[in-house]
Parts: sequence; C-alpha cells; structure tokens
Amino acid sequence: MSDHHAPQSLLSRVFSTDHKVIARQYLYLGLVGLLVAGLFALMIRWQLAYPGDAFPILGNLFWGETNGVMPPEFYNMLFTMHGAMMVFFAITPIVIGAFGNFAIPLQLGADDMAFPVVNMLSFWVMFLGAVIMTISFFVPGGAAGGGWTAYPPLSGVANYGVGHGASLWLLGIAFAGTSSLLGAVNYVVTTLNMRCAGMTLMRMPLAVWGLFCTSVLNLLWVPVVAAALFMMFMDRTAGTAFFLAGPGSLFAEGGALAGQSGGQPLLFQHLFWGFGHPEVYILIFPVWGLVGDLLSTFSRKPAFGYKATVLSMITILFLSQIVWGHHMFTSGMSPLLGTAFTFLTITISVPTAIFFLNWLCTIWRGSLRFTPPMLFALGVVFVFGIGGLTGLFLALQALDIWLHDTYFVVGHFHFTLAASVFFGTFAGVYYWFPKMFGKRMNQSLGKWHFYLSFVSLTFVFFMMMYIGATGAHPRRIADPTVYNFLGPFQDANVLIGWGAQFLGVVQLIFVWNFFTSIRSGEPASDNPWEASSLEWVAPTPPPHGNFPVAPTVHRGPHEYNAPETGERGWLTQAEPSA
Amino acid sequence: MTQSSTYPATPHGVLNTGVNTGKLGMWVFLASEIMFFTALIGSYIVLRLGADSWPVPGDYLAVPVLAVNTFVLITSSVTMVKAVQAFDAGDNDRSARLLLLTALLGCVFLTIKLWDYNHMIHNEFKINTNLLGSIYYFLTGFHGLHVLGGVISLLVIRSGVKSGKLLGGQHFRVEGVGLYWHFVDLIWIVLFAILCLV
Repeated sequence: MSDHHAPQSLLSRVFSTDHKVIARQYLYLGLVGLLVAGLFALMIRWQLAYPGDAFPILGNLFWGETNGVMPPEFYNMLFTMHGAMMVFFAITPIVIGAFGNFAIPLQLGADDMAFPVVNMLSFWVMFLGAVIMTISFFVPGGAAGGGWTAYPPLSGVANYGVGHGASLWLLGIAFAGTSSLLGAVNYVVTTLNMRCAGMTLMRMPLAVWGLFCTSVLNLLWVPVVAAALFMMFMDRTAGTAFFLAGPGSLFAEGGALAGQSGGQPLLFQHLFWGFGHPEVYILIFPVWGLVGDLLSTFSRKPAFGYKATVLSMITILFLSQIVWGHHMFTSGMSPLLGTAFTFLTITISVPTAIFFLNWLCTIWRGSLRFTPPMLFALGVVFVFGIGGLTGLFLALQALDIWLHDTYFVVGHFHFTLAASVFFGTFAGVYYWFPKMFGKRMNQSLGKWHFYLSFVSLTFVFFMMMYIGATGAHPRRIADPTVYNFLGPFQDANVLIGWGAQFLGVVQLIFVWNFFTSIRSGEPASDNPWEASSLEWVAPTPPPHGNFPVAPTVHRGPHEYNAPETGERGWLTQAEPSA
Repeated sequence: MTQSSTYPATPHGVLNTGVNTGKLGMWVFLASEIMFFTALIGSYIVLRLGADSWPVPGDYLAVPVLAVNTFVLITSSVTMVKAVQAFDAGDNDRSARLLLLTALLGCVFLTIKLWDYNHMIHNEFKINTNLLGSIYYFLTGFHGLHVLGGVISLLVIRSGVKSGKLLGGQHFRVEGVGLYWHFVDLIWIVLFAILCLV
C-alpha cells in the first residue's frame, strides 16, 4: 500500500491520517455494525414468527427460567439496539464515513482531507462510541430498551424499567454524533476549498454533492440532538426534569417521578425529530448521489438533468429541516400545525420526483451494463420508488393517525431508508472495491448476491406493509399471539420471519466474496469501469497523497458518448479533449 | 517523510473560496456550535413559557457577581483583539503577553463561576431544586466547559507565538482561536441576559 514511502510504524498505521486508510477503518467498523444489528433484526423476526416457543440456541443459554422463551424486556432491547446501531454504527460509518472519506478527496483531485488529524480523531471517537454501546449490553439491566427514539418518560427515568444501559446508550450516541460533526466540518471545508484546478462546483460528481448536503445537515442538527441527549442524561442521573412532566400527569402520581416535575416530554420529541427527520436525509443523500453517478456510468450516458438533480437535492436539504412534525401527528399537536407539516412534507415530493425522474431518464435508451454496482443502483431506484410513494400516505394527517406505529410505517421506512442504503452500501463497495484494495471482486457472485437479496428484501418489507396497512398490527409488541385480533396475521409473520432469515443467509455470499477477493482477487486495472471521475485517474490503489501530478479537470463528471469523447466514447475528467 | 511535510496547509495551492482553510473550518464549526446553544436556549424558552410559574431569578442567582463576570469576559475579548493585532504587526512578544492576559481573564471568569456554584449549592439551590436550577447549571455548565476549552487553546497558541514558531503565514491560527473566544464571550452575554435579567 505504501510502496512510495518508507514503512511506517504500527502506531502511525492504526492512527493513520490518510483518508483512504480511515475510509477502510470506517468500512470495517460499519460492516461489523451491520452484521450485529442485522443479527438483531433476524432475532426480532424469529421471535415474532414463533412467539412463545423456546428460542434456538440463546434460549438454552440465557432464559432457562422461562423455558427458553425470550423475555419481552430482551425483545425491547433488541429492537432499540437494532435501530440505534443500524443508524449510528452501520449506515453512518459506511455511507458517510467510508464512502465520504474515500470518495471526496479522490473525486475532487485533492491529496487528502482539509484536516487529516481531525479526520483520524473522528473515526476513533466513533470507535469509542461503538465500544460504549457494546459495554451497555453487559451492565445490570442490560442495554437500552426504550425504543430507538428514546421517548421520555420511559427512557428518561433511571428506575423505570430501563436500566443503566439507557444512560450508556445516550453517551454512545453522543460520541457517534461528535464523530459525525468532526467529519462534517472536514467534508464541507474539503469540498469548498480543496478542489483541483478546473473542478468547479457544477463539475463535481453527484456523490460529492450528496455527501456535501449530508455534511451540512449533520453540522446543523447533530448539535441539536446532542443537546437533547445531554438533557435526558441529566434527567436520568442528576435528578433534573427537563423532559418529565409536572403534577397532574399520570406519571407524577406514582412516586417514581415525585421529585422530578415541571418539564415537557414533548420538547424531547421536537428536539429529537428536529434532528431525526434531517437524519434520514443525512443517511440517504450519499446514496442518492452515488446512484446518480452509477446510473450514468453504467448506462454510458451523461446524467440527465445534472443541474436539476443538484438543485433538487439542495431544495430537499432546506425542506428536510422543517417537516419534523409529521412524526408527531399523534402526539396531541394542534391539527392546524399538523396541516402545515403535512403541506411541507408533501412539498418534498416535488424535488424528489425531479431527481427520481432524472434517474429514469438517465437509463432511458442507454447502453446498460449490468455489473453488480449497476444492479444494486437499480435496486435503489426500485426500493426508493416504493418507499417514496408510500411516504405520501404517512404525510397525510388523517391517514397517519390510522397507520401510526403499525408495521406499515416499519415497511415504509425500511423501503425508503434501510433498503435504499443497504443496496447503496453494496453498490458503493462493489464499485470502489477495485480502487480501494487493488483487486476485483467476483462479478457473478456479486450478481447472485443482488438477485437473491432483492427478492427476499422486497418480500419482507412488502409483507410488513401488508400487515400494517390494516391499521391493526402495532410495531412494538413482542408476542402478537396474545391478541386475538392479530391471529390472522400470524402466518404472514412466519413468512416474514423465514424471508428475513433467507436475506441474512444470502449476505454470506458477500462476506465470502469480500474476503476472498481481498486475499486472491484478480488485480484491478486503474479504471475497470471506464468511468470518468477523478478517482479512476489515480494509481491503483492510490498512494499516500493520491495523485503523482495534480489533475486538471476539463469537463463534467459524466460526459459519456458526448461528441468530444471520440471513438472510445468516454474520457476521464482529467483528459483534454481530442 | 513526516506528516507535516506531506500535507502542506493548502494542497496543490488550491483555495477555491479564497478563504484560508483553517479559518473556513472554524466558521463552519462555529455554525454548529450556534445550533447547539440554540437548542439549549430554545429549550429554556419552551420550558419557561410552559411552566405554571417561574421564580424571580434574583432570588436564587447572584446577579451582581455574574455582572462582574460578564465584564471580565468582555474585557478578555478586547485583549484578544489586541493580541491578534500585535501578531499581525509582527510583535510576537506583545501578542504572547496579551494572549496570556486573555487566558488569565478566562481563568478569573471560571474561578468566579466556581465560587458562584459553590455559594448557591451552599444555599440549597441545586441542579434538581427546580427548573431554573436545572437550566442554570446546565447552560452555564456547558458554557464553562467552552471557556475551559478556550483557555487551553489560548495557552497552546501562546506558546507557539512566544517561541516564534507561528509566523505571519499562519495568521489564521491566532485569528481562529480569537474567533472561538469571541463566540464564547458572545454566548455568555446572551446567557447572562436571558437567565439573570428577564
């Protein structure tokens, strides 16, 4: 890797300030997080498929007193930690940490991030957060179980059925947030200030635009949720009552809360969703950008409406910050205010539809190359389309009151965000793997990985929307069979359970492909995809400092088969016209 | 090859915005800090407006002492401005003296702050006494941590200025610490006004 420099000490390799090394560190951390949080999901689905039965393996180990049946408290921990770890320790490190660190300096023709030391710190702060989250499983009372949204008063009171794990959860998320913040400062400044000659803002690959929008939202909203988390931490540990209601509320009568009163539980919801709604865009922006680039590269056509795509992303960046109330329609908020939030939320579908149609127009009559990254990008187009359309239902107050907290919301969310980012992750890994590791991944295994994942994932989340659309199946319960009216859905729960296990097993294809390719994949050329953006101009794998000679950019990022590209049909951004 | 020689301050000499990278980073960071304090102050406003009754701040808080503290911090902003000016004029010795003075004023602020906490806790006004107590300790506590961070940054930058390692080309480092210090000062003025005076 460091052929161009003298061997470095172990310490300077581990605490490397090279953005490509940090990107790989983030990738490994994120893949481990994805594995752990994914296993939680499989356990959740097994429990819902066979509630009341002894849980395989774990039942004998941990739950002897209940004959191996999973206790509801443990189920609560599972879905809390599944959500929190997926968002903060799987998606964030992969699509923002790994892709951002790898792509931004390379695609902009810079030799590294603006602040390499800060960059290194941001990874290790996130690593500490992950350690704290892991420890939280082993404290008395177990990990946090108040839901990934951590609504007070359940999560705000130390002795309210949620143990010390919830305090550690707050700290772990605060560390992850600090890491995102440090990363965001770097990404914004690098994008604004470190572009090579000729790389104007409107010549940047869409992936960089996506990561830039992500970073702006991170900068503005992570501090807000950090403030809320710290306040809740004080409520749990110092006896304050920022989020605990006063006398007259049901919770104050019992005694557990007698000393703490006067605060407002709804304030937490506002602060949390003030961050939480931008957060879904924080996670999806990098994938949107990447998909825009991939569709163009593998359709061998310029990205349709590049400027409109960029402008619609920037419009969404603004709108996403003023729609959080649509998460709170059932919280007792004024219906008039709810109507305003409905209106703003529906407005987002305009810019979203613009870039979505741009994607479709990009592949329209292109010379499509169905490589693994292209397949996963097309997968994102499909699942995001489904997710986006079902989002319109939830944006309407009247419908949302019916669907709130049902599996319809879970299905919608997992199509829009989870499935999109899941496919986006693999699109990015298959795409950049040759440049990152200098080897090629097995292409046919990559295609099998996509087809099998696509079928099982779509099935699982469609079924969730089906059982939720009745307005009946709530998302929070550990054992649906205790309610008679949920009886008709149990077969569906079994099918979802098996679909999820199948999806989990299919991922082993990727794990196998990833590690055997690192060990013994065929060596990659500098530009295996015949792509134009600058990372494919750099040597493979790129040395410390990336470019032997600083590149000069002559054109936009996707001028495939434009007249100036001549017989070959493509030119990198750094090649002068013939 | 050492890290610092591999990474020049402006790689390839590029500065697309024309603003120094370090300075741009500090402004971006401060934008984020503003959102943090906005969330805290906004929460205070919401909690206070939602409360059935609100205690008179003067009954609990040592307002005159805090007014003196405000004066101390404003003075430190003046010495900070002078330190940046002296550094720009190439007078490193004077600049280092002024940076030390600024850091000392920060320490005076923190000392008075700790005395204030101690005094109030002695009078049975604690973080869990009422919402005013929770908000007061929480907001001023976070501000105090920012002052502490500022004092440490000032001392670090001072040693660079004094030893002559920081030259005119690295102007933004002194200026960057200055930006941060003024920001911390400004936040205190807002906190003092909304916590103690209204």
